[in-house]
Amino acid sequence: MTSHPSLSLPTAAELGATRLGEQQGARWTPGQAGEATAHGEIFAAGDEGAGAALALALALDRQQARAPDPLADTPDTRMWLWVQDRKALTHSGRPYRAGLPESLRDRLIHVAVKSPEDALFALEEGLRCRDLAFVIGEISGNPRALDMTASRRLGLAAERHGVPFWLVRLDARRDLSSARMRWEVASAPSLAPRWNAQAPGAPSWQAQLFRARRHPPGQWLLRGDGRLVAETGGAAPELQNTLARAKGGGGA
Amino acid sequence: MLEGASSRRILGIWLRVLALDRWRLGEGLAEGEGADAHPLALIAETAHGPRIAAANAAGLTAGAQAGMMLADARTLCPDLAVAPSDPAGDLAFLEKLAGWALRWGPWSALDPPDGLLVDVTGVAHLFGGEAALLADARRAFARRRLATRMAIAPTAGAAWALAHHGPDGAILREGDDPVQRLASLPVAALRLDGDVLTVLRRLGLKRLGDLDGVARDALVRRFRNRRSASANPLMRMDQLLGRVPEPLLPVLVTHAPLVQRRLLEPIRHLALLEQVVRDLSGDMERVLEGRGEGARRLELGLWKVDGELVVRKVEMAAPSRAAAHLAELFARRIEDVDAGFGIEMVRLRAPWCEPLDLAQGDLEQAGEEGEARGTSLAACVDRLTVRLGAGAVGRPVPFASHMPERAQRWQEPLAPLKTSQSVSDFKIRPLKILDNPEPISVIYETPDGLPRRFRWRGATHDVLRSEGPERIAPEWWRERGAVRLRDYYRIEDATGRRYWIYRSGVVGDGRGGVPAWFLQGIFG
Repeated sequence: MTSHPSLSLPTAAELGATRLGEQQGARWTPGQAGEATAHGEIFAAGDEGAGAALALALALDRQQARAPDPLADTPDTRMWLWVQDRKALTHSGRPYRAGLPESLRDRLIHVAVKSPEDALFALEEGLRCRDLAFVIGEISGNPRALDMTASRRLGLAAERHGVPFWLVRLDARRDLSSARMRWEVASAPSLAPRWNAQAPGAPSWQAQLFRARRHPPGQWLLRGDGRLVAETGGAAPELQNTLARAKGGGGA
Repeated sequence: MLEGASSRRILGIWLRVLALDRWRLGEGLAEGEGADAHPLALIAETAHGPRIAAANAAGLTAGAQAGMMLADARTLCPDLAVAPSDPAGDLAFLEKLAGWALRWGPWSALDPPDGLLVDVTGVAHLFGGEAALLADARRAFARRRLATRMAIAPTAGAAWALAHHGPDGAILREGDDPVQRLASLPVAALRLDGDVLTVLRRLGLKRLGDLDGVARDALVRRFRNRRSASANPLMRMDQLLGRVPEPLLPVLVTHAPLVQRRLLEPIRHLALLEQVVRDLSGDMERVLEGRGEGARRLELGLWKVDGELVVRKVEMAAPSRAAAHLAELFARRIEDVDAGFGIEMVRLRAPWCEPLDLAQGDLEQAGEEGEARGTSLAACVDRLTVRLGAGAVGRPVPFASHMPERAQRWQEPLAPLKTSQSVSDFKIRPLKILDNPEPISVIYETPDGLPRRFRWRGATHDVLRSEGPERIAPEWWRERGAVRLRDYYRIEDATGRRYWIYRSGVVGDGRGGVPAWFLQGIFG
């Protein structure tokens, strides 16, 4: 730490970090259609419903953002697929029709499988189907079958056939994956409803985008009441932390 | 009625000495070899002592006859060996044979105690004519060392009569006059009870032709109070001639599309079997296309050299006849088939078809871009169902019930939705529910106050906000009287996790002790 900061040449880590920032364009906001195909991964705890709820909210958000497309002026009435492995089903419950978003209620095809291998098969079959609006998978833990290769395979299928895909990982650690956007989500206290301040309000989530190709990482407080809204703007503390760490490491 | 009856072809098979054949197979003997060279009888225990059920050739020569008491037979032939008969085993064997005999036609029936009936309508050309079919059947039974007599006729009655009393391998053609052809058969060919045969013999009526000679009115009067077919020769005669339909046979209005391959060499390898299934799927596609139909259910029958029959079924969510799709569905189902000594015949049958019009071919699908276009929804559901089982793929539908777990049912993904009243739309329901509500321990203001804190799966949750109760009473019209009401609360804990919990019962409702709490739903 002897060198003067203003005189020293930028270190490799700093260069890498800035180049990364330049490539990664604008900060993520809800209501933009984003990439041509979506392949997301959402990490959540198994004893709360935040993971699946955020996946549905992102799917709806994407659908609404795409609606101005003249080719999509009729409402999307295609079916959508929800695949759960056995542990996810018994531990975190099975979908309940009356609790699903209004527009998705009648269009769900639910697949309950025994093993993660079967879940991957079902997901791939779903992604190869041109008649599905989107596909959601729910897999518990870090099964051996779900490695980088499997993740890449699913990503390629989603890309090739243009079917948006979100994989909810329950009680899992962050392993290798080829997902375009990787989220970590937890429930957050909701806003008080207007008529009964004592009741739980519209769902809120504390979401962290920790890896994305087109956007810098960041944290948001998302509220989903019919439409996905991001509450917290400002700089992403996570990114600042990484930059600070890179700087400190380079100087030493 | 006559036309309908005459258009059918029934193969009647009589296993002449089924019990003895089975005994020989069990002992591993050829006919007239080893123990079979000496007089032998199969006996059944009766109230009056052992009675002979069947005797082999040497035994018959020595004087033993079916129906004789064993003691009487022993006086004629002292060195008569005995073995127990097994009528139940014979019947079970006959049942398996009936399944095996499906190789000659799409439908077969038992004709106990020792016969089979196979419907070979419109099938004979696959074997090269009816004579060739009979020869093939006789060869197959001979290979299994079963002594048979068989015949083909337009009705089951005629086939039975010819098989039992006519020349072996008789064929009663559609143009033939059955009265004339069958006139020389004995009246026993009418499948009548013993006492009726005695009556007929006393009347001097010995052959079928004699029955025709007598005035019908006289016979009608003689047997006027005989209702069952087996006691009334006139009714049997009408059945034999096809004047009245025989309830034994179901009336097949339409024939299921059927394609088959008889293999030159028995195949034992999966790759070859897959090729055969692909060929059959192609044949089936052509057949179905000609009929303007698509298959909903397909059955693949695999006849093995050792007499076993393996059947694999596939159901489809929507009618389809695309050969590639059919073959792919079966490819998953035939992986576990044990070929044994080899498979000698494969048949694909579509018992359930639905109309499917010709559609314009998809140019993109046909070209290089075909793979990128992806599969259709029906094909996707079929593949999922075949691999994961029918129960794994479903679609939630509302059901008229107040209980939350009953208010949703699962049905096939592509079945049409029923109309329903959406009465509970204004109520807020959780995103997911647990299959079995999990018990939780709750601190609350007794007797029916809001929950304050609860413990679930080893973690404590402080309830910051709650809404409730929403009281759901038990459905008294279907549940027992002791079922308690439920008070549901929508709650949110300190970190914002939202759950749906209920208290089962209230203090002092007289239906149990302290109310228990359960967690049933998880909000998004």
